[in-house]
Amino acid sequence: MEWYLPVIWSLIIAVAVVMYVVLDGFDLGIGILFPFAKQERARDQMMNTVAPFWDGNETWLVLGGGGLWVAFPKAYAVVMPALYLPIIIMLLALVFRGVAFEFRWVALSSRRWWNLAFSGGSTLAAFCQGVVLGGLVQGINVQNGQFAGGTFDWATPFAFLCGISVVCGYALLGSTWLIMKTDGAVAIQARKTALLLLPVVLGFMALVSLWTPLAFDRIAQRWFVMPNIFYLAPVPVVTAAVAYLVWRGLKGTAEYAPFFGCIALFVLGFLGLGISTFPYLVPPSLTVWQTAAAAPSQVLMLFGVIFLLPVVLGYIVFVYWLFRGKVREGEGYH
Amino acid sequence: MDLDPVVLARLQFAFTVSFHIIFPSFTIGLSAFIATLELLWIKTDRDVFHRLSRFWTKIFAVSFAMGVVSGIVLSYQFGTNWSRFSEVTGSVIGPLIGFEVLTAFFLEATFLGVMLFGWNRVPRWLHVLACVMVAVGTAMSAFWILSANSWMQTPTGYEMRDGLAYPLDWIEIIFNPSFLHRLPHMLLAAYLTTSLVVLAVGARYLLAGKFTEEARVMMQMAIGMLAIVAPIQAYVGDAHGLNTAKYQPAKIAAIEAHWDGSKPAPLVLFAWPDEKAEKNLFEISIPRGASLMITHSLDGLFPGLKDFAPNDRPPVIGPFFGFRAMVGIGVLMILFGWVGAFLLYKRKLYESRWYLYPAHLAWPLGFLAILSGWIVTEQGRQPWVAYNILRTADAISPVSAGAVAFTLILFVIVYGIIFSMGIYYINRLIVKGPGGSAIAPSGNDTPSRPIAAAHEAGREAIASGS
Repeated sequence: MEWYLPVIWSLIIAVAVVMYVVLDGFDLGIGILFPFAKQERARDQMMNTVAPFWDGNETWLVLGGGGLWVAFPKAYAVVMPALYLPIIIMLLALVFRGVAFEFRWVALSSRRWWNLAFSGGSTLAAFCQGVVLGGLVQGINVQNGQFAGGTFDWATPFAFLCGISVVCGYALLGSTWLIMKTDGAVAIQARKTALLLLPVVLGFMALVSLWTPLAFDRIAQRWFVMPNIFYLAPVPVVTAAVAYLVWRGLKGTAEYAPFFGCIALFVLGFLGLGISTFPYLVPPSLTVWQTAAAAPSQVLMLFGVIFLLPVVLGYIVFVYWLFRGKVREGEGYH
Repeated sequence: MDLDPVVLARLQFAFTVSFHIIFPSFTIGLSAFIATLELLWIKTDRDVFHRLSRFWTKIFAVSFAMGVVSGIVLSYQFGTNWSRFSEVTGSVIGPLIGFEVLTAFFLEATFLGVMLFGWNRVPRWLHVLACVMVAVGTAMSAFWILSANSWMQTPTGYEMRDGLAYPLDWIEIIFNPSFLHRLPHMLLAAYLTTSLVVLAVGARYLLAGKFTEEARVMMQMAIGMLAIVAPIQAYVGDAHGLNTAKYQPAKIAAIEAHWDGSKPAPLVLFAWPDEKAEKNLFEISIPRGASLMITHSLDGLFPGLKDFAPNDRPPVIGPFFGFRAMVGIGVLMILFGWVGAFLLYKRKLYESRWYLYPAHLAWPLGFLAILSGWIVTEQGRQPWVAYNILRTADAISPVSAGAVAFTLILFVIVYGIIFSMGIYYINRLIVKGPGGSAIAPSGNDTPSRPIAAAHEAGREAIASGS
């Protein structure tokens, strides 16, 4: 049990983070795409597709961060100070874009400022999330179980590369969401944007996939030794197949396939990173076992998750079902 | 300049948590108010309840957004700024926060979508249910967060293993000794705060002669709440104080500015506590008053600040003045409730400008009382972050003072902008009033009143200096 619990918990947190990345990914993506919309009406339409969901989506971020604290307090206590600036700036960016949802409808003359807050906040938050991811993958300087590095340790070309990758990835996810959830000019534009972004995102995924084993020996050790290479080869192969399906869906008239295909791409990318780093929660030194909370805490919370998460998922599905269908121009829930 | 990282981290947390608490304390009460309005609407079919519910839902949306985003910040700040605290108490407090996310955050965040955008999409009963769910969610959230906070004040059900708190008994942890005092105190505070805002908006409309039907309903409901709940709150607060005297005597000594524990304590009405000289300057007090209140005996003794080593004493100024501000506002709330109820009974309320005028200015009082109360309890907990487990000075992250100072400045700027714009927009919604549509461009719900009337109301409201 002492061995399994931290593993189970690392899976739960991975699921929470993937849920967050996918769900808030598309609504941050709407913000990233905001400046490229030609008309205010198009922006209204775009925002309306995510307005009923964004708050629930962002709650997964709290579950991810809170879950890390619950299950792995020692990792939480190392990661947060190590990535202090990108995390705080991400939170502030989320503040701006979150209130923009409500303020924008009430603002009259200052509306374009809230457009800016929404798009700037979304883009900056996405970028910081990428930096946080990169900063974690590249490793954190830990001594005696405490963060022992400097304020700007995270600021490496690799982290910035991850930042830009996530911005493009969310924009792609957002555009495929718009293909699914809108009609008319916005949907047509979204399809064009998605076709442009797909190769860019795939390029970044390839770049990160090559960079990590080349720069970090431990990651190369994971992927390119026998027999791992055979077990793990399906990950890139499936990724390529999914990418092809998304491409075909975008070229044709498919409305759902591109979005769910992009989700699959995100999940696969995340799986790849997970394979690269497990069992280290704080590479290269702290494992899931070393950072685990007291067993009773992990057990209690596990029961909480087992009984409550299905309920949570149930009403989340219900709300998505309630607001199903396309949002047309000039139509809103407000 | 030499910056103290502990002071900066404390300043930052004090700033962000004070900013945050304003919104939940309003939305906890407001969601319950909206759910009540919707239930009344279903029961009586009176359209005024529907109009009021839609009106307050718009204000709720703006406040809730600010509460959500500032709350997400907090859930990360434990780690970014207080990593030692997160590590030492994580196994105990972590699950409480985890349950908050699972039982409350998702509930309120998900049903908020239905509440805000479901008016034309779902049957009436489902909309009511969504409002009730949001109200329940906000209260559940308070349950867990106050349990965690209370554990930091009065920790039980744990033991220290290798310098980390290890959970032994979850019931003892969740229902720690101060929790069942703190929770009702905070929930009632939230309901009172919202009642005062509703009262003030109603009074404002009556003074301006606008939306009188809505205003009367608001005034009646708010006065009813104040008249009944404010005295209950006084009782709950008193019991909470006695509980504190038992478990955190140093905090009570600071609240009462009581230095010498060997003598019965006077009830200090006003003083300037001098922490260096260990005495009160300019003291005005009632002899033996505090002894009577805390020990229920004129000769009763309770520990004074000098009974604690100087480095175990909380600051005195904050708890002392915070407590007086809180109690003073509490008395005002009872007055607003009882005088209002009397005027209602005499059928003079809506013409009594001498009551309406102060009432329309009363909206910030609840927030001030809550902030004062939190200053009392949190500063009074010092120098501990988790009482007798971990000192605040030992709880911070290994982050440079410069980084903390930089982000503190960012927080002040960003929250300053958000807060002033939020208040400005809420005021705009109030000026527009119930019945008007808040969403100008997409406005597909027909305003039931001419917009011109709302504009006129706005001009009058501004002219009357509110």
